[in-house]
Amino acid sequence: MQLFKKTTTFDFMSKRTLAVTFSALLILISIGSLATRGLNFGLDFTGGTLIELGYSHPVDLRVVRSTLEKSGFPEAVVQHFGASKDILIRIAPQEGKSNAEVSSRVMTALRSVEDGEIDMRRVEFVGPQVGDELANDGGLAMIYALICILIYVGFRFEYRFAIGSVAALIHDVIITLGVFSLFQLDFDLTVLAAILAVIGYSLNDTIVVFDRIRENFRKMRKGTSVDIVNASLNQTLSRTLMTSFTTLLVLIALFVVGGELIHGFATALIIGVVVGTYSSIYVASSSALLLGISKEDLMPVVKEGDDLEHIP
Amino acid sequence: MNQYPAWKYLLLLVVLVVSILYALPNLYGEDPALQVSSSRTTAVDISTKEKVRKLLQDANVSFKSIVLANEQILVRFPDTESQLKAKDVVKEGLGRGYIVALNLAPRTPEWLRAMDAAPMYLGLDLRGGVHFLMEVDVDAAVHQAEERYIGDFRSLLRENKVRYAKISRFVDKNGDSGVEVKFKSAEARDKAERLLDKEYPDLLIEADDREGGFFLLARLSEKEMRETRKLALKQNITTLRNRVNELGVAEPVIQQQGEDRIVVQLPGVQDTARAKEILGATATLEFRLTDETHDADEAARTGRVPAGLKLYPKREGGYVLLKNRVMLTGDYIIDASSGIDQQSGGPAVYITLDGKGAKIFSKVTGENVKKLMSVVFIEKKTETRMVDGKPVKTRHTVEEVINTARIQEQLSKRFQITGLDSTKEAHNLALLLRAGALAAPIEIVEERTIGPSLGQENIDQGFASVVIGFVLVLVFMAIWYRGFGLIADLALAFNLVVIVAVLSMLQATLTLPGIAGIVLTVGMAVDANVLIFERIREELRNGVSPQAAINSGYAKAFSTIADANITTLIAAVILFGFGTGPIKGFAITLSIGILTSMFTAIMGTRAVVNLVYGNRRVEKLSI
Repeated sequence: MQLFKKTTTFDFMSKRTLAVTFSALLILISIGSLATRGLNFGLDFTGGTLIELGYSHPVDLRVVRSTLEKSGFPEAVVQHFGASKDILIRIAPQEGKSNAEVSSRVMTALRSVEDGEIDMRRVEFVGPQVGDELANDGGLAMIYALICILIYVGFRFEYRFAIGSVAALIHDVIITLGVFSLFQLDFDLTVLAAILAVIGYSLNDTIVVFDRIRENFRKMRKGTSVDIVNASLNQTLSRTLMTSFTTLLVLIALFVVGGELIHGFATALIIGVVVGTYSSIYVASSSALLLGISKEDLMPVVKEGDDLEHIP
Repeated sequence: MNQYPAWKYLLLLVVLVVSILYALPNLYGEDPALQVSSSRTTAVDISTKEKVRKLLQDANVSFKSIVLANEQILVRFPDTESQLKAKDVVKEGLGRGYIVALNLAPRTPEWLRAMDAAPMYLGLDLRGGVHFLMEVDVDAAVHQAEERYIGDFRSLLRENKVRYAKISRFVDKNGDSGVEVKFKSAEARDKAERLLDKEYPDLLIEADDREGGFFLLARLSEKEMRETRKLALKQNITTLRNRVNELGVAEPVIQQQGEDRIVVQLPGVQDTARAKEILGATATLEFRLTDETHDADEAARTGRVPAGLKLYPKREGGYVLLKNRVMLTGDYIIDASSGIDQQSGGPAVYITLDGKGAKIFSKVTGENVKKLMSVVFIEKKTETRMVDGKPVKTRHTVEEVINTARIQEQLSKRFQITGLDSTKEAHNLALLLRAGALAAPIEIVEERTIGPSLGQENIDQGFASVVIGFVLVLVFMAIWYRGFGLIADLALAFNLVVIVAVLSMLQATLTLPGIAGIVLTVGMAVDANVLIFERIREELRNGVSPQAAINSGYAKAFSTIADANITTLIAAVILFGFGTGPIKGFAITLSIGILTSMFTAIMGTRAVVNLVYGNRRVEKLSI
């Protein structure tokens, strides 16, 4: 089976003003949301305590809340998690109180009012000092990744391509973050890992396109830069779509059956892959064109004395 | 055309066979098992093994096998029920001195174990257990060192008959601390300075004349402070290891992280409250003579404590005055066990001292027969609290007298103390005394506990997503690229086997995000094949012959594949460098997956394509 019987001839670049406007709009919305609503940082970054409990019967959250209130946790957030028998309790770090013992105290309080067994499924406690560090390290990791990639692409291709690919990456990361901010999805360590994977993935896509553009610049004698970029995009189109599709297939499998703990991770990657596919077609190439990429820039450099090497 | 040299087929075959062998142990599952190892004072040998066997036979507990290896006895059971029963039986029967821990032993057959093949090492989020990150208050160790110098200075000056007015710890406005000695005369100060300089060459000692007297300031040198901190951390790791052993945990991880942190991972531990209580406790004991001439309650009320004495609260209420000089510290205790006091019927702790401690103790108790002696229970805690949105460290020490008794006779190596609240407290105190005191207080700054039910659920769900994702991609590739799709499917299956084999060989920790990494790799690994196949199609459309199309398809796609994968690898490596625990797991599987997929998707598929189409006339490709 084939998506396109022969190489397509879509004129992608003629729509690039539209695409740039669309991207700019998305980025504006994302930044706006990030600035006003911020990210809904999970426990990993804020510090605090999270407890997941499994009861042998459906639980009334009001009972749990009142028990916790009596035990000195009026600010505890209690919700069902996955099923009505499972609950999730979140307690923010408290001013002037010791936090490491919170989980034991909560467990003791809840077990004292429950006849049956309560299955302790998960406890996470992150002290305020660790939360700050994780947030810092995460931010640094993202910046380092971008810099390293910039260097690698600059070294392998040309600086205009490097800037184009990093522009596409920043575009993808901002929009993915924007979606998390807009819908106030839980942003934890696994989501951060997913975003770094998005960086890797989106770049993967971009590189394939750039590789073809470079090849075509060297091969095609005729045509403007825009024509060559268009041809390259068309030639790689079915590959771009195919790979995105198989990746999305496995991510959807992960999202559906992977369980609650991996939800945020799968969500971030799904958004990232969709946005990344779009950006490798439009954003990366448009930026390279915008920076004035031309045939001369990509011709292999003929070193002086190169031809002498063949003489024994 | 399109033929591979024999060595390439051979290489692929070898990789395939080795991968299958090393991935194999993951299919065998695990036995509930019991692990018996020795604590410091005992040895595990063939006689211990026979003893365990007899204990189990006498108690009628069925077991599958019992093996002695690496100074450990491993007993396998058919079910968890007999495992749990066996733990009680063996623990009871062997007595203290042995560490009896529950474990899951891989059912890897002997011939695989002989070549060091083992199943993947599952992280805590998959097998269940506790992860603690503990911060050691290393500055408290410096503080303690300074306190120690106060005592040392006091005895040195007294022995040499140098009169001093006061010795205390000071903290100057820069936050630097040290020991300050006050003298009434300059001569005494100068004499003391010479003495201290000679005795403690590592200390920075300077004279400081200001209002109110003549002073000597002693500070720890930069180097010594560093050493003290380092030593405290090392000692804490040792103590934590001893305590974990006392708890009976199989395969614990206790590791230094950074300059002042320790990671403790206890697989399979459920009772985190007890684990926290035991690991974090800093309880130790001190023995001091009790003052009988002054009124302690009066001193507590007025706040005026007579010279040479120190005021302590009593656990049952009220106060007592104790002599400044410590008779003995908990450091000399080599063994302790809890029991019931014969006379009072209350809980008691039986203590055994080492040779040096016994010598000191028999000397001081011999000199002070008929006098009162108190046992001081000391617990130090460090906590980080949020004050105005900023973490602030607070330290507090609980010191209380748990027991005061008249010294009836000279005490020596073995004796008992009473006055504890409950048998549980006696039990915990005995455990802590056995395991040794922490050199500096520790604080839990991160805890991640996963219950066994959630761990199993994570494995099941993770496994399900790998299988479903894998099957979806297989089907899709077969439909889309027909014959070549099937070849890509083979490569994908090969890739999965290689990933599992590499993870098993490296014994890298597999976490839930790690499984997600494998799933992602499955989706992305076909990218290389997609690139190649699309190229071949393109060449075919351009009218190139099938054999040439195959050749140039592979050749032209190669550099693209390499570039694309290296960039993802960069992201994965950075993730590994910055990530903690589970995230590292994701970075590892992603990196391994990228590398193995390059091998299988390029070389693996090419080999099969060459076998099918190579060296013959081909009219049409199934692509």
